[in-house]
Amino acid sequence: MSKAILQLDALSCPSCMQKIQGALEKQAGVETVKVLFNAAKVKAEFDADRISADQLSNTVTDLGYEVKSMKVK
Amino acid sequence: MKFQRFINQHINQITLITAALIGIGLLGNITKIGWLYTWSFILASIISAVPIVLRAFSALRFKTISIELLVSIAVVGAFIIGEYNESAIVTFLFLFGTFLENKTLAKTRHSIKDLTEMAPTTALVIGEHDQIEETDVDFVDTGDVVLVKTGAQVPVDGRIVSGSGHVNEASITGEAKLVSKTSGDSVYSGTILDNGTLKVQATKVGDDTTFGKIVELVENAQDTKSPAEKFIDRFATYYTPAVLIIAALVGIIFSDFRLAITVLVLGCPGALVIGAPVSNVAGIGNGAKHGVLVKGGDVMNTLSHVDTIIFDKTGTLTEGKTAVTHFHTYSDDEKGLLVAAAVESQSDHPLAKAVVDFVQSKHLDFSYISVTSSNTIKGRGINALVNQERVLIGNQQLMADNRIELSTKQLDDLHAIQRQGSSSVIVAVNHSVQTIVGISDVVRTGVKESLQQLKKMGVKKTVMLTGDNQLAAQAVAKQLQIDELHADLLPEQKVTFVKQFQNEGQKVAFVGDGINDSPSIATADIGIAMGSGTDVAVETSDVVLMSSGFDELVHAFGLAKKTVLNTKENIIIAVGTVVFLLVGLIAGYIYMASGMLVHEASILVVIFNAMRLIHYQTKSPKIDVDQVTESRVKLS
Repeated sequence: MSKAILQLDALSCPSCMQKIQGALEKQAGVETVKVLFNAAKVKAEFDADRISADQLSNTVTDLGYEVKSMKVK
Repeated sequence: MKFQRFINQHINQITLITAALIGIGLLGNITKIGWLYTWSFILASIISAVPIVLRAFSALRFKTISIELLVSIAVVGAFIIGEYNESAIVTFLFLFGTFLENKTLAKTRHSIKDLTEMAPTTALVIGEHDQIEETDVDFVDTGDVVLVKTGAQVPVDGRIVSGSGHVNEASITGEAKLVSKTSGDSVYSGTILDNGTLKVQATKVGDDTTFGKIVELVENAQDTKSPAEKFIDRFATYYTPAVLIIAALVGIIFSDFRLAITVLVLGCPGALVIGAPVSNVAGIGNGAKHGVLVKGGDVMNTLSHVDTIIFDKTGTLTEGKTAVTHFHTYSDDEKGLLVAAAVESQSDHPLAKAVVDFVQSKHLDFSYISVTSSNTIKGRGINALVNQERVLIGNQQLMADNRIELSTKQLDDLHAIQRQGSSSVIVAVNHSVQTIVGISDVVRTGVKESLQQLKKMGVKKTVMLTGDNQLAAQAVAKQLQIDELHADLLPEQKVTFVKQFQNEGQKVAFVGDGINDSPSIATADIGIAMGSGTDVAVETSDVVLMSSGFDELVHAFGLAKKTVLNTKENIIIAVGTVVFLLVGLIAGYIYMASGMLVHEASILVVIFNAMRLIHYQTKSPKIDVDQVTESRVKLS
């Protein structure tokens, strides 16, 4: 199980949070998603064999949010 | 999706263009150029509606009826019936309001941002052949040795393998004080080396470091919702669709389309949704800046209702180490004390160590005194020979065994020490009593004042639970004016007491040093750990006081009360706004654009109100209590 931490640009609306959460959770291989609204961070645990961290990052980017940096453990 | 991203990135420009177009439109109105007026507003409406409609749709895809949806329907409606100026102004105000919201929200979030920006980014790793390589802090492994130069940040948690210097640990303890560190000492990531050079072997790196944990804790805390927030969240999920239905009903019943779309705009739950969370974000941020980690809005809420605070004694109310607290001398020189220190320096008894520390703290030299022989008499003290003089150091029994009588004054002093629950040591040289010292666990400075402040702030009862003996505990309780005391307790018995208070209907906070008190900390309504970032403390407690200070406890309690009050104020402002708008609508004074203006203004008001919390401060009590009582001291 890998863990990715994505730092986004500041989030302004609580509905952004639900959007990101929903979109990531739907991806196959993603186990848990936690969106930190105030810190503008996304923490996701995922199965590295089924989905890559870059794919996660792309999903968030496609929703219209800028990913400033990403850490994978 | 690309289009949406483009719009999101250029939202500020869109707002600006809309403002300009509205300006041109108004100019057209004044100069009576009809086409300019109409087309400017049409253009402004379309441009500014795009981002709002997009957001409404993307929220709808996730089955959320958002505020944007209400605004979108209202604006499209206004556009259809030809109210171009209304639609333009409403969308502009909504965008501009969001812009201001983001700016001000960023301010309330500033303290976490400051915190994360304090995190070290690079490290100088010393390789196998002593070569130094600068790398990203993420690539340092445990076991690596890093070099820390003067002025640089310590990039890892670790142990100093060589070098020494003074470290500013403000990022961990909240206290800007230089701490001397040398080989073998632990250093923490995020602290700053003020002078010297260190080589540090990493024991923890990245997010596992104490600093990393603090950042994570504060980030999570700001998103942990208070009961008020949870209620509003639930309320908002029903409220927003309800507004949609009400607007439709109003439109059908009064067959007034314009009224229906006005209700949509007025019904936006803006300030209500943002009011409570923004107070908590500001409150928790304030705490983090003052060395108080509060784990979320619900903790804030419970903490503000605490009426009983239970303290552990050793290590919490007291320093947890013995020291000389009373000192009486009965001769004109300091010989008794110096001889005692010389003899005691060969012993590892805790009382002996306290005497030696005391003499050293007075900068007196006893190294020239040579001890010829020294015998420990169990349960009595020490019988020694120094410079052909017989030296007896110990309790009253030792003196009695050697037929040394104490004068009335000496007996009085001795009894005074014993009444305070301290241990006493009598020093006699050549059968004459020179000195009597009282040794006890020192009460920490400022505790008494802090307890008084807590009482003033609404704490009804203070309780001390300790594993120590009754006499010693009583002495501390009396000195600090603690209301209730239970001594000779095991950790599990402490838990029983905590539960007992809870059963009596009191909201209980337990303050302990985090390690042996974990069960009580976990049981209490609010567990408060005094601990400079020990893992156990950070994990089991609800509130962590980073530098273990009692003024931090006062700050935490005051901050919780202020934050909860602030949340209530914000809810009142938000509900008041909706009521005001409704009355205004019925009275016929409020229309779509003016309604939107009032809405956006109320959102800014609640944010500004919350921002007052950022600067909240409790006045710290004056700490100037010299706890050592000395009589007839003639030491230079």
